[in-house]
Amino acid sequence: MYNPTVARLTYRALLGRRRAALLFLLPALLIVIAVAVRALNGADDQVAVDVLGGFALATMVPLIGVIAGTGAIGPEIDDGSIVYLLSKPVKRSSIIFTKLIVAIAVTMAFSAIPTFIAGYILNGNGQQIAVAYTVAALVASIAYSALFLLLGTVSRHAVVIGLVYALVWETLFGSLVAGARTLSVQQWSLALAQKIGGEGTITSDVGLPLAVGLLAGVSVAATWYAGQKLRTLKLAGEE
Amino acid sequence: MTTINIEHTSRWFGNVVAVNDVTMTIAPGVTGLLGPNGAGKSTLINMMAGFLAPSTGSVTLDGQPIWRNESVYRQIGIVPEREAMYDFLTGQEFVVANAELHGLGMKEARAALATVEMEYAQDRKIATYSKGMRQRVKMASALVHDPSVLLLDEPFNGMDPRQRMQLMDLLRRMGATGRTVLFSSHILEEVEQLASHIEVIVAGRHAASGDFRKIRRLMTDRPHRYLVRSSDDRALAAALIADPSTAGIEVDLAEGALRIQAVDFGRFTELLPRVAREHSIRLLTVSPSDESLESVFSYLVAA
Repeated sequence: MYNPTVARLTYRALLGRRRAALLFLLPALLIVIAVAVRALNGADDQVAVDVLGGFALATMVPLIGVIAGTGAIGPEIDDGSIVYLLSKPVKRSSIIFTKLIVAIAVTMAFSAIPTFIAGYILNGNGQQIAVAYTVAALVASIAYSALFLLLGTVSRHAVVIGLVYALVWETLFGSLVAGARTLSVQQWSLALAQKIGGEGTITSDVGLPLAVGLLAGVSVAATWYAGQKLRTLKLAGEE
Repeated sequence: MTTINIEHTSRWFGNVVAVNDVTMTIAPGVTGLLGPNGAGKSTLINMMAGFLAPSTGSVTLDGQPIWRNESVYRQIGIVPEREAMYDFLTGQEFVVANAELHGLGMKEARAALATVEMEYAQDRKIATYSKGMRQRVKMASALVHDPSVLLLDEPFNGMDPRQRMQLMDLLRRMGATGRTVLFSSHILEEVEQLASHIEVIVAGRHAASGDFRKIRRLMTDRPHRYLVRSSDDRALAAALIADPSTAGIEVDLAEGALRIQAVDFGRFTELLPRVAREHSIRLLTVSPSDESLESVFSYLVAA
């Protein structure tokens, strides 16, 4: 299933100069915020939860997911260079699976690791808050990567739609409308964080079994569907 | 020996018909797919390459459907028209990646780069390549698995004359060794120089098929129109109309010129200067007025 050549091409495309700068920007910002908050406020569990929940998990992880997930396939479909992958005796589902693995790895590296570091800076992992949010970032990375990879496969406006989802749905809408929170990757991953974090420190609107089921279901379904779409992808640029 | 069969194939996009009930067989040897821009050549090649499903009809490779069948790529090499490649790779990295995707490696990649004479620039990033160099690296990536079928969409676009000749030589050699080579072009001379067999497609329809010379003759024998200015238009007109190679002459007063319709191209081109000399008429302008490829093609469709 995993094709090392497809993976190499995807890594190099994703970690090209401009995109890599974007990928470094948000984690750097998170660390800067953590250092500043710790310096001004001292160690505080509630502040740690606010920063990691409000910025790291709600904003940074989905944005990194958008960059890595859509970036793993979207540009190749846009400019047509994907033809060099499609004109090979390689299963289309292998191409999608490999790109998913790469997108997950990049999202995890650029979101979970900085989340962990920021958590340690904020309150030294008191109440297991750093670990809880790191685990949440890890599982959210999987779901976001799968969702945004699918988006990159089916739409030429994947980045815009991804940003709208990440910022409007997850951040804004989710905090205003209760029902929307059930359909939020952020809330599903928070359910895991809630389990790990100290009693009452982290809360989620979704129960753990449902959250795990939805995370797994969405990731698998999105990946399967992306593979199907790639099998019947019509290359742009026809007369 | 590998053959591509296209049977009663149509392809439409929304309510635009790009390819209209085309039936053709692409056999071993070099075949030119000729047609004006927008005729449906790329759509047809994309269906042969498995990148587009036919709306109706079938496109098969030795009886195997090409659409949604990844295994056909063991036999097909594709040189797409679009420029986009993995620009952040070097030429060699790109060809090696293509080889690996076929389960091959560095040895085959080196051989393919040597075939297109790109070793000298193989360590440079593709982003720095000229159009001709890109074309050759694309060619190397298509040849890396030694395919029995090679599909090339407008391969000579942007190539300088020397690169053009090199690529023609290479395609000729491939055709001579029994491979099925199909290339599209909207330039008559390219097809004439390279293909022994041509398929003409105009406005989505299969307009002509067969030996190039036969089609060329059809194209040459069609009525030609000329705009001629001379020192004595009426005397020239009178002398020319007496000859059976002309079918009609109009004196265009506004333009101050003759509009001549010639039915025998060879005879007329010999007649005109001779008649002018015999009558001491100076020819000031002789210009073909319908030499655009489109008019040639539309004549072919009507023929």
